[in-house]
Amino acid sequence: MSDGPVILEMKSITKVFPGVRALDNVSMSVRAGEIHAICGENGAGKSTLMKVLSGVYPHGSYEGDIIFEGQEVRFANIRASEHAGIAIIHQELALIPELSVTENMFLGNEVATRGVIDWIAARRRVVELLARVGLDIDPDIAIKNIGVGHQQLVEIAKALAKDVRLLILDEPTSALNEEETANLLDILRSLRSRGLTSIMISHKLNEIAAIADSITILRDGKTVETLTVEDGSVNEDRIIRGMVGRSMESRFPSHTPHIGERIFEVRDWVVEHPQVPGRLVTKHANFYVRAGEIVGFAGLMGAGRTEMARSIFGRSYGIWHGGQIYIDGREVEVTSVKEAIAHGIAYVPEDRKMLGLNLLDTIKGTISSAGIDRISKRGVIDLEASAAAAERYRTAMRIKAASVDVGVSTLSGGNQQKVVLSKWMFTEPRLAILDEPTRGIDVGAKYEIYGLINELADQGKGVVMISSELPELLGVCDRIYTVFEGRITGEADARTATQESLMRQMTDTAA
Amino acid sequence: MSTDLNLVPTGGKLTTGTSWRERFGGLGGNARQYGIFAALVVIILLFQAMTGGRLLYPDNVAALVNQNAYVMVLAIGMVMVIIAGHIDLSVGSVVATIGGVVAISIHDWGLSWYAAVALALVLGAAVGAWQGFWIAYVGIPAFIVTLAGMLVFRGLALAIVSQSIPVLDTTFNGIMANSLPNFLGRVGNADVLTLVIGVLLILATIWAQLRARTALRKHNLAVEAVGVFVMKVVLASAGIGVVAWLLSRSTGGSPIALVICAVLVVAYSFVMGRTVFGRHIYAIGGNRQAARLSGVNTRSVDFWIFVNIGVLAGLTGVIVTSRLGTALAAAGDGFELDAIAACFIGGAAVTGGIGRISGAIVGALIMGVLNQGLSIMNVDPAWTKVIKGLVLLLAVAYDLVSKRRAGTQ
Repeated sequence: MSDGPVILEMKSITKVFPGVRALDNVSMSVRAGEIHAICGENGAGKSTLMKVLSGVYPHGSYEGDIIFEGQEVRFANIRASEHAGIAIIHQELALIPELSVTENMFLGNEVATRGVIDWIAARRRVVELLARVGLDIDPDIAIKNIGVGHQQLVEIAKALAKDVRLLILDEPTSALNEEETANLLDILRSLRSRGLTSIMISHKLNEIAAIADSITILRDGKTVETLTVEDGSVNEDRIIRGMVGRSMESRFPSHTPHIGERIFEVRDWVVEHPQVPGRLVTKHANFYVRAGEIVGFAGLMGAGRTEMARSIFGRSYGIWHGGQIYIDGREVEVTSVKEAIAHGIAYVPEDRKMLGLNLLDTIKGTISSAGIDRISKRGVIDLEASAAAAERYRTAMRIKAASVDVGVSTLSGGNQQKVVLSKWMFTEPRLAILDEPTRGIDVGAKYEIYGLINELADQGKGVVMISSELPELLGVCDRIYTVFEGRITGEADARTATQESLMRQMTDTAA
Repeated sequence: MSTDLNLVPTGGKLTTGTSWRERFGGLGGNARQYGIFAALVVIILLFQAMTGGRLLYPDNVAALVNQNAYVMVLAIGMVMVIIAGHIDLSVGSVVATIGGVVAISIHDWGLSWYAAVALALVLGAAVGAWQGFWIAYVGIPAFIVTLAGMLVFRGLALAIVSQSIPVLDTTFNGIMANSLPNFLGRVGNADVLTLVIGVLLILATIWAQLRARTALRKHNLAVEAVGVFVMKVVLASAGIGVVAWLLSRSTGGSPIALVICAVLVVAYSFVMGRTVFGRHIYAIGGNRQAARLSGVNTRSVDFWIFVNIGVLAGLTGVIVTSRLGTALAAAGDGFELDAIAACFIGGAAVTGGIGRISGAIVGALIMGVLNQGLSIMNVDPAWTKVIKGLVLLLAVAYDLVSKRRAGTQ
């Protein structure tokens, strides 16, 4: 199968975002009729590469060439790539819940003459397409009334409707249960036997080992290697080695921890998804943090780390179903963000722009926004105190800005993150939960952020650090918990843990 | 307030060479603010020229204030609602209903004027709490809740007033008709009290500005260049001086309506600029999620801004009924749109998070001057509407285009 001619070649693709080189000279080639997997850690550049391929990042916004079916292609947008026969199915499905299967299937690609839809012809094609993906459902049923597994198949059928010759699947099984996953993999195999080429991004290495014909591994925006799978020649360990095999160098400031008593403990914490009844995002989690300790939470995207952290932070996510929080050995009730702040818990969210900052505000206003009670009396703010505090943090955190009256939207990612950290330091927390504190930040600023995290620990605070970058967790933390599907699957001393050992527990409950 | 971070209070450097954007960027949009003041001055001078100087006849200035008091009061409440990311379509109808109740309470129940005013404010708060409840605690979009309110309260106004109810209490009617008693007499044809108030306001402005500057200095924080500072203070003082001078020569002196508006502007500017409540309004309008994760009780803030605009609508009911000396079922028709337009002309962002009390007031005045100037020039009211509509469109278009240019970085 993988002996077919090369259908796609991506040559020396480089994509730069402000401050970050997301793809650095990446090349890969895909043969016709194969299932080609792309593996790599979060942030390795997998999704960016697929966005370049599918025209989300148009030609001109990246360097390098794409050759598809023997011709160089320059896509201006997604429509152009679809027109050429490339379809991408995103992790978040792009179906419209209120519309029927048929309507969704031809959305933007309607079977119509001069704008008038031919529903009879559409129906005929739908039945045929659904059969190709092994779906036997009523084409008139609304998308919201079918399960996510079936929705995924409708998405694939929708792509097939566009005469697709290269199908890209981004984490197709992340929302599926085992049975649905097995079914999806079967469908992919059957499509392969009819000559369809697929590219699949997945974190689930066992699936990749089972289905892929070849595997391209990315790391830090670079191609590491391409493995050709012949029965049984590639196993999960081999893939993991490729994914994590980098040296640790001196990317982290050295730090000698001074660890004290347990100051924070969570017992038997259970949280239900806010929209999906019955789906638990945190399943009986137990963990503790000691004074001066930096505790890491490792897990893949969607493992439920953020959900758990936000739920602990004043139940600001999901529906709480039980569990206790102990601060300094005493049980406390924390039912709102205000109470969480009052109890000395701080949460720095992973999504700075959506959750951490009011982008219309100034540095000054942002820094005092969570601890505003500290500088106000009977509801009246002491503006001088606010400005003076902001000025002190600007100096101490080395925030690069002309003054504290500058709008936060004009700052770089690293400086924005320092502002958010300052905002939470200003509340004088005992426990700081940092969710992906270095995401979207360039290497130099990361080093500074690590230094600040060490400083927090040295002041006797407990620090929880959620990160998807294993080297970062190993380099900064004292102790690391692994999380998989809402469950804490392991606990490791950072001095003895390895990326391989963590990765195993992040991907497999049985380990 | 020192934190554990071992912060050394080494003073910040004075800003030199900061860019225009950095200097004026940030909360509230200062640059836009100066622009809108300039626009008001230009429009005034334009109409002053086109009306042959009649626009700024002292009595016309007093009339301008009286005729536009309702927009200014409502715009104050509305800009807070808009900054929080909501809208209120009901205020015009609420004004009519409460105006009706006020007239009935005086005419039929024989309430004294101050009891009637108190009743109006309490009723306004109740109406605001009703709408705030649905918006904040049930989560229905404000557009829907206040659209319903617009219908409900217009209906109630029609039911209780039917057509009109006269108010014969002269003190009540005097709220809008009268000016402050000129017990200091007149020198030449100038009311001394008005001049004294003007001078006091100028002194207060200078004192407040100097005090703020000194405080910043004390903390080694950046202050404006001396030239900019002096110019700002001189311009503000000149503005107050001109208005006081003109009003002092009007028939009555300082209209009570002006005093009410001025007190509200100062009080609400303080609330928006210096209180936790005001800060929270900007925070939820700028990023509701981030505000919630910073410990802001977004529901409570939403609720109270609607209570607040309810109270201001109640006050407007008093203003309108007093000015006409009668309550009309059709009173307040279109007031919500006037207030909303004033906010947007005054630089409030449609998406929330940005806006100022002073901007909304200037927006209201721009519309008022347009109205007054065009009517002095005997322009058909039909065309006045067209012109006002285009001014609103251009003001917001300017806002968006200037932002887009800034945002393309």
